[in-house]
Parts: sequence; structure tokens; C-alpha cells
Amino acid sequence: MATASALNDFRAFLDSHLDRELLRFTTAGSVDDGKSTLIGRLLHDTKSVYEDQLASVAKSRVNRAGNGRVDLSLLTDGLRAEREQGITIDVAYRYFATSKRKFIIADTPGHEQYTRNMATGASTADVAIVLVDGSKGILPQSRRHSFIASLLGIPHVVAAVNKMDLVGYDEAKFRAIEADFRALAKRLGLRNIQIIPVSALEGDNVVTSSANMPWYSGPTLLEYLETVPLHEHVADQPLRFPVQLVVRPDRTFRGFAGQVASGVVRAGQHVVALPSGRRTQVKRIVTWDGDLKAAGPGESVTLELTDEIDLSRGEMLISPDAHSNSVPTVSTAFGAKVVWMHEEPLEAGKTYLLKQTSRVVRAEVKRIAYRVDVNSLEHLDATELKMNDIAEVEFETNLPLFFDAYRENRVTGAAILIDPLSNATVGALLIDRAVSTATRNDLPALLAAAHIDLAERVRELLAAAGHRAVVLHGFTPDEVPVAVRALQLAGVLAIVAGAVEGATVLDASDDAGLIAALAEMGVTV
Amino acid sequence: MSTLLPTDAASSVAELLTPRKMDHLRALEAESIFILREAVAEFARPVMLYSIGKDSSVMLRLAQKAFYPGKIPFPLLHIDTSYKFPEMIAFRDNYVKEIGADLIVHRNEKAIADGANPHDLGTQNCCGLLKTRALLDGLEAGGFDAAFGGARRDEEKSRAKERVYSFRDGNGQWDPKNQRPELWQIYNSRLRKGESIRVFPLSNWTELDIWLYLYAEQIPIVPLYFAREREAVIRSGQITLTYPETRLLPGEKIETVMCRMRSLGCMPCTGAIRSEADTLEKIIAELISFRRSERENRAIDHDEEGSMETKKREGYF
Repeated sequence: MATASALNDFRAFLDSHLDRELLRFTTAGSVDDGKSTLIGRLLHDTKSVYEDQLASVAKSRVNRAGNGRVDLSLLTDGLRAEREQGITIDVAYRYFATSKRKFIIADTPGHEQYTRNMATGASTADVAIVLVDGSKGILPQSRRHSFIASLLGIPHVVAAVNKMDLVGYDEAKFRAIEADFRALAKRLGLRNIQIIPVSALEGDNVVTSSANMPWYSGPTLLEYLETVPLHEHVADQPLRFPVQLVVRPDRTFRGFAGQVASGVVRAGQHVVALPSGRRTQVKRIVTWDGDLKAAGPGESVTLELTDEIDLSRGEMLISPDAHSNSVPTVSTAFGAKVVWMHEEPLEAGKTYLLKQTSRVVRAEVKRIAYRVDVNSLEHLDATELKMNDIAEVEFETNLPLFFDAYRENRVTGAAILIDPLSNATVGALLIDRAVSTATRNDLPALLAAAHIDLAERVRELLAAAGHRAVVLHGFTPDEVPVAVRALQLAGVLAIVAGAVEGATVLDASDDAGLIAALAEMGVTV
Repeated sequence: MSTLLPTDAASSVAELLTPRKMDHLRALEAESIFILREAVAEFARPVMLYSIGKDSSVMLRLAQKAFYPGKIPFPLLHIDTSYKFPEMIAFRDNYVKEIGADLIVHRNEKAIADGANPHDLGTQNCCGLLKTRALLDGLEAGGFDAAFGGARRDEEKSRAKERVYSFRDGNGQWDPKNQRPELWQIYNSRLRKGESIRVFPLSNWTELDIWLYLYAEQIPIVPLYFAREREAVIRSGQITLTYPETRLLPGEKIETVMCRMRSLGCMPCTGAIRSEADTLEKIIAELISFRRSERENRAIDHDEEGSMETKKREGYF
């Protein structure tokens, strides 16, 4: 540190540390696949283990490594019960960093009864490592783990074919497993896969390339983790900004705090609030570090809007454009894949609390469409769901949700179910699609009035008759159909002032005339 | 982090069109801010446990950012064991005043009056009275249903399994087998009367992340973290700083040691490390070459294998 050049080197070093990306991965494997050893090996060989931790492990009463070696699996087995039983029983998080990336590992157990833990670890992962025992090949649990990885929408899946030392580093054995895994991945629709032969115990192809497997020319596991592309498309997706909190320190400032779920929000951009349908503009993107011109996925910011619109926690800002997916589905009825996580079963007819982004609603289970056998992937009939079951379930909520299909958006397509009595988190929901409800009445989606005062009067008459309606202000002709569709899905009728395609223009000089004109369109007020 | 990023004319044009790159510190910061906001939106009476240490300093800065331009919308609670370093208390009072936060100090006055100390009681019992009991009483006295803590999962093995929202029963206790599953960033804040949740916004930060962030943000920390010559005794191999009121054990001799604290706790149980690192840059450089974990200088973690887990079950962080 004494010389200027040393200080410059240090600055460069710091800048490189500050410039690293964050990658989250999860590991799935069965008890004997050597998963904890693999993670221990990654930590050890990347020099992420402290000497005192290593010393503490070396003198531990338990050792499964044999031959006087340090049992690296002990570095990750956290709780006392696990040390005694020699198994991992819950999700544990581990951290390490290389010069390229910082890594967060969600280490999840592979027992059949712990599907819920794997789903938990997988929910935030960018990459899943599925452990395959090289001496046994693809087992039912490998299929189960791969299925959960695909269900939870993990963008990249790598099969680590472990224990290659036990099969004499045999290429033919590896190629057979590789072919089986490719077939499985194809069936599950996994697009980005990688298959790597490793020995966690000996360290082959984990961090350093193996001299024992010259026939393998692909990346080591660490090289793969350091280079796999991250967050490729989230910024290109349509804007979703769920409002977390209204920040109102004094009468001069009212801001909407939240994390950008997808897309990019820019200062000056036109946005629409859901469910009100009100259109406004982003005045400022406020942060402690100064205003931003733009904020992308994952950024926590506070938006100040140009108009005083009604907007609160649980609502959402979007940016409709000509693209059909620019508006989320707004619905009170939808189907979702459910991972059931509680001993008390899910039953049709029961009502739970549902939390999706910052929105909490009541959700009734309408029906269980089918249960998925996680080993055979067959669809089976079911009247209830037990812990660790995965099923397609239809729900109806008391208030509309604004969502995208989970496969399109891992933030707005995800939800949890909470038991309203015990408050336990009982299920994870991956929303598929809206389903139609029989109860919706047949009002037109859009009404046009000759001028703005008349539009306002139509809204009042509709409101008095118990219909939800809003007057659209300031939308361009292109945007109107999108807003109307969003509102229609929410069960809200849109009214515009002036002529617009697809609607007859209402005109009347008094209420009686207006009511008659509405009646002609089948609207009773 | 803006202090380190180059600013030039060309980048400001690109800035109009594209958001900033999410490096790992910015991603961690955004996640922590999300957690802080979520808890403030959903809990009736949150409080932030403020330990005066480096992690608390980071957590406090994140809270300032999360609610900007508003003020931090909850009080800070410091559990004072009466054994904290005088430099910590001085720093606490100055800093809290400077940023305009509300501070509550809670002590187990009865145990302190009875002379609770680690030499006679052992560290487990002493922590139980002065930290855990005082914390539970302090939370109850304030009627707090959620408490932010600066614990990180990388500190110790039993913390690796901790949720971001850590559910505590009516007695403030933690049951590792009865934690709510936590998926995505959707946190369950539902409670029955008497139950509470400890919220850990720094769960995914490592010790290095904390120091890099302190450096990038230029956040003030207690001067004890920086090396200088200090008076100390060597007690069971640990460098124990001495103050006028320090009780010397038979045969102990005060010497001057160039040292600093790597983590801050109570005076009798937190040792210093020999170090020349007197700036944040030097601390980070030293940390990267370190091969020993930061809790190593804490007597409480070494009592027995799994001792942290025992403390957590009882209600400690």
C-alpha cells in the first residue's frame, strides 16, 4: 500500500470486485449423490473456506470421507441434527466469489419428502446443478429434480455426473448417461443444458480440469458457472412495477417505492396504473444516490408521477404499447401449478390468502384439474393435495390479480398461499393462465360519449347501478384497445370522450335520454 | 457506489436509454431495500436492532436509502450489556443524532446490578442474561412485531439455514424445524398475537461485501475497526483491550499492541487482531489475504460445537 502504484493496483482490484455479477444457483441430488461434498469442493478449491472452519471440520467426530481425508461435506452440513444423522434436512445458503462472479448457493436436500425445499431453493436460482451418480445413472430422483427445475423456470440446468472416480473415469459410462439426460431434458423442455463429468471427492472438473478424463473437452463446473449468460431477456420484457410502499414525507412529495419486476422504466415515460386504468407520466426516478434516467429489472427505486392519481400498495404500473403482452392478464380466475408444502392437505372449496408481488387477496380453490406424478410426469386425478404434491389447480380470487404466465415472468407469475388460520405458508403457485368465470355479465367493454362531461355522467350512472367504470383520459388511439382489454379483464368498463373505433357514440341532452341510449346497448342503469 | 464509477459525456447518452449495470453490490443493495420496504409495509410496529457494528452501519444506510426522501420510519433498538466498548457508545450517540434517527437503549438492569459477568457465569449464561433476555424484554416493552437484524448467513453454519423472515414463537424462540418455506421474494408476514418475526435484510451479504460497500459508500464506522497502538492484555491467546476499569486476572500485564477489532461485541469476550490496517482500503486488502473467519475472535462461538445454534433456539440472533 505504500507506493502510488500499489494503491492504483488496489483501486483496479477494488473496481474489479465491485464490477462482479451475482449468480444464484441451486443444487439438487439424493442423499448419496455426494452433493455436500461437491459444494465443499467448490468452496475449498476456490479458497472460500477459512482455516479455522477447515480445522473445526478436521477435528469433527463425524467423517465420511475416509482415508484420513478431510470430509468436505461437513463444511455445508449446518444443523446439529444433520451432523448426527449425516444428512441435509433444510435449505442452506452458501456464498463464495471468484474474480468473475459472486455466487449464492441454495443447497437443497434430495429426499422425496423434501420437494418443497428444492422448490424453495429453485425459486430464485439462475442455474440448477442436478447431481447424477455416475455409477448408477439417471434415477427417478434425477428425473424429479430436473422436473422441478423446469417447473420453477430455472433458465439453465447443468447435470454434474459425479463419482466418475468410481467408474474408472470411463467415457462410455458418461456418454450413456449424457444421452439419457439429453432425452430427459428434451421431454421436460429444458433449453439450456450442460453435462459435466466430475468427481467431487477427488476434485476432477469441479474447479480444475481433470487429467483423468482427457476425452472431456468442455468446461469445468466452475468455468461453466462463471460464464453462463445471465438475465438475458428480462430488460426486453414489458414493464411491470408493483407498488410496495407510498413514500410521502411531506405535502410536497408523493412517491411510489418498488422494485422493477421486469422491463425498464424511464423518466418521462407514459405509464398506466392498474387497476384504475389511469394514465400518467413518470416525472422522476428518485433514489438516495440521485435521480436516474432509467431503471431496469431488480432495481429498487421510487417513482414520482406527474399526476395525483390513486395508487397504493398492491397495485401496479405498466406501460401499454402495441405489443400484445405489454399488458398483464387481469383476472379473478386463473389456473396455476401448485407445489403443496404443508402437512394439512389442500382441498377444493377451501379459501386461502394469496400473496403475489405486493398484493394480498383471498383465493378459493375451485378445482384440482390433475396431479403430476413427479417420477413418470403422468397426470393423475386428485381430490386433495398432500405435502410435496405438484398439481394444476384453478382458483378464484375476491379481487383481480395482475399477472403474467410464470414461464414468461418469474416475478408476476409467482405467488404463495397462506393458511388464514395458522398463517403457515402452505403452497407455492406458478400461474399458467386466466380461466373464464361463469358469473361475469355481458356488458360491452367500451362506451364512447360525445364529450367529456357526458362521459363523466355515464360513469356516475354506471357506478350508481353498481357497475365499475373509468373514463380514459389522454390515451393515444393506439393505446385505447390495450387499456380497454386490461380493464375488461378486471371487470371494469372503459368510457372515452369522442369517437373511437368499435363503439357507437352516446349523445343525449339529459339523463333520461342517456339512460335510454344506454338501454339500447343492453346496459341497464 | 457512485463514487467509484467513471462519469463521462459518452456514458450519459447511453444512460438515457439503458439502466445501470447491476453489479453484485447493487443487486444486494436493491434486494435489501426491497426487504426493508416490504417489512415496513406489512408489519404494525417494526424496529431495527442496532448493534453499532459495521453490519448495523450498512443496514442503517440501506434504511436511509429505502425510505428516501422520507426519514427512517422505525426506531433503532440497542441492547446494551454494559460491557460495550466506550468508543462504541460514543459513536452510537453521535451518529444516531447526525442522521436524525430515534434510538431506544435497553439493558437488563437487574442482571447488571447483580454483577453478571462472563468470568463468573461463563459466556453462555452471561449472554443469556445480558443479550438474549434483554433483547426479548426490550422487544416486548416496545410492542414490536418485527425486528430487523444485521445477521448474515455466511457468519456461522447454523445461520446458513436462516430465513430472511425468521419466525419466532410467543417466547421469541426459533425452531429450525418449524420455519416457513420462503420462495422467490414473497415474504409471509402473518402473525398471531405475541408472535414476531426477525427480518434479516443482509442475509445474502458476505463479510467482504460489507467492507466493499462501506468503502464504496464511505459509511462511518467505529474507530476500533482501524488499527492503531492500543493497551491490551493477552488472555487465553486473545488480545483483550484494557480500559481503566478492566479487571486484570492474576499474572496479567498490560502491553501496547498494534491492533484492531474485526468484529465488535462485549469488551471481555471480543478480542482484537494484530493488524496494521488503518484505512478501509487496507482492511479490505487484509481481509482478502485472511484465511480465518471473522467470528473466530468471539469467545461465545467456541464454547461447544453448535453453540450458536443453542443460542438461537433460545432467542438470540
